[in-house]
Amino acid sequence: MPAAARRILSTAALEFRIARRNRWVAVAAGLMAAFALVIAAAGIGGAQGLAVDPLSVTVASLVSLAVYIAPLLALLISFDAVAGEVERGTLLLHLAYPLSRGELLLGKLLAQLAALTLAILAGYAAAGAAAFAAAGPAAAEGLPALWRLTWTTALLGATFLSLGHGLSCVARRPSGAAAMAIGLWLVAIVLYDLGLLAAIVADDGGAFTTRVLPWALALNPADAFRIHNLAASGAVEAASGLSGAAASIAAWKPLAALLAWPVAAAGLARLAFARVQP
Amino acid sequence: MLTVRHLSKLYAGRPALDDVSLSVAAGERVALLGHNGAGKSTLMKLALGLLRPDGGRIEAAGHAPGSPAARAATACLPENVAFHPALTGREQIRHFLRLRGRPAREADGLLAQVGLAEAAGRRIGTYSKGMRQRVGLAQALIGAPRLMLLDEPTSGLDPVSRREFYALLDRLAAGGTAILLSSHALSELEARTDRIVILARGRKVAEGTLGELRAAAALPLTATLRPCPGAEAALAARFPEAVVEGARLSFPCAPGDKLATLERIAAARDLVADFDLAAPSLDDLYSQISRRAA
Repeated sequence: MPAAARRILSTAALEFRIARRNRWVAVAAGLMAAFALVIAAAGIGGAQGLAVDPLSVTVASLVSLAVYIAPLLALLISFDAVAGEVERGTLLLHLAYPLSRGELLLGKLLAQLAALTLAILAGYAAAGAAAFAAAGPAAAEGLPALWRLTWTTALLGATFLSLGHGLSCVARRPSGAAAMAIGLWLVAIVLYDLGLLAAIVADDGGAFTTRVLPWALALNPADAFRIHNLAASGAVEAASGLSGAAASIAAWKPLAALLAWPVAAAGLARLAFARVQP
Repeated sequence: MLTVRHLSKLYAGRPALDDVSLSVAAGERVALLGHNGAGKSTLMKLALGLLRPDGGRIEAAGHAPGSPAARAATACLPENVAFHPALTGREQIRHFLRLRGRPAREADGLLAQVGLAEAAGRRIGTYSKGMRQRVGLAQALIGAPRLMLLDEPTSGLDPVSRREFYALLDRLAAGGTAILLSSHALSELEARTDRIVILARGRKVAEGTLGELRAAAALPLTATLRPCPGAEAALAARFPEAVVEGARLSFPCAPGDKLATLERIAAARDLVADFDLAAPSLDDLYSQISRRAA
């Protein structure tokens, strides 16, 4: 194994162990499973009488859950990554080792992404099991949508993990990093959409709605995630809200945004880390 | 192994290090001495490549500090070393071994070397300050580094552990490791280093062996006399420069006057029950050098 890969994996293994001991793995998985089961129960109830299978309906509901919960969990897991090491005084020793800053950050990202992915799998598996229990083999029609939801949620999570690392570097202190993480979540997930909605209402079908809005939706990783899942899923009709807007956006745009964001966010975090002095 | 030439570093416009030069050869133990804020930790961070100098040059193991080659050859123990409390000592050392490309099974041997064999499986959060310091020492010993930078390595160690620690350094230096260790007190060093460099407010104010520093400082010794019963007044008359401290008389004695002073005491042997001639302590020496620098 190349030396760099060995250092990254050792860092990831150590960080995952810390995440497990800090109960992050168990708490995140429990939270996702609980939320997903509630959504599944509601979706199965609402699917009765619809033409689509219950799992596809559940997936459409899970998209709305994941778009809030996955970034929030990712930020909660990651905000302490660098600021916490600075405060504990452990960063100086790490940086004195033959371990580059990029390797250290990548190791942390891998470990936290593993913890987050476990939580995602726990949640979606619970929801899938509930759908199969309610509808029998018919639910299998929704499996491709559930799989798409799973890997896109992981990409969305990776994006916000790296954004959390970046904030952790900029803030230098865990308390400041936590405040910035919550602020980022509010702006990127909640206020961004509210702002777009307000603009649509004010614009009333003008140039903003036709030209700017599709790009604005594709560029925000959370909206890209939502549109990609809803547009590609057969359950667009079952979802409300942005489905109309989603129809007007070429399918490659949100997918490209989903793939590019984790890389761009990791690059931003690495740039911010370069300015941190232990 | 470590070469520092005319090194300067500014913090917020004020010099933290000002034109400092020093070198540590392979197998040499050099102590860096100074008050808190004298620039010791700044020099260590510069040698690790974690800070950039504002002037001068620095080379670690023949490479630029912070370069992969320099990092591979350099071990460090930072001041107030810390570890994640959720990890055990063994897990932490195994990770550090892997980072240096060493087999992780060496961890238990390293922990045993610093007296932590029993505690290796316990979480570091349950360790005392002295035990955390030992974990720090254990990681610095990984792979017999060519250059060791130790920032206040003996803080938190009891006197017995401190002696063991210096014995460990002796063995490393005998094997060719260049060692730079910092301390805020000369007495902490127990005279177990080859050379001493004293920093004060970012400047080098003295350098030499302990003997050379003593000679340069020319501090007086302290002579103490205990008079025979009833001979107090007579003895005080023989040594008019002495001050009375309880039942004793004491007076300073310049290093060059030791024999003459002994002769005077011998001449008064009928009046003297006991006497002592004490060399200045290491702390006396250090405070005199830093006072003179100020």
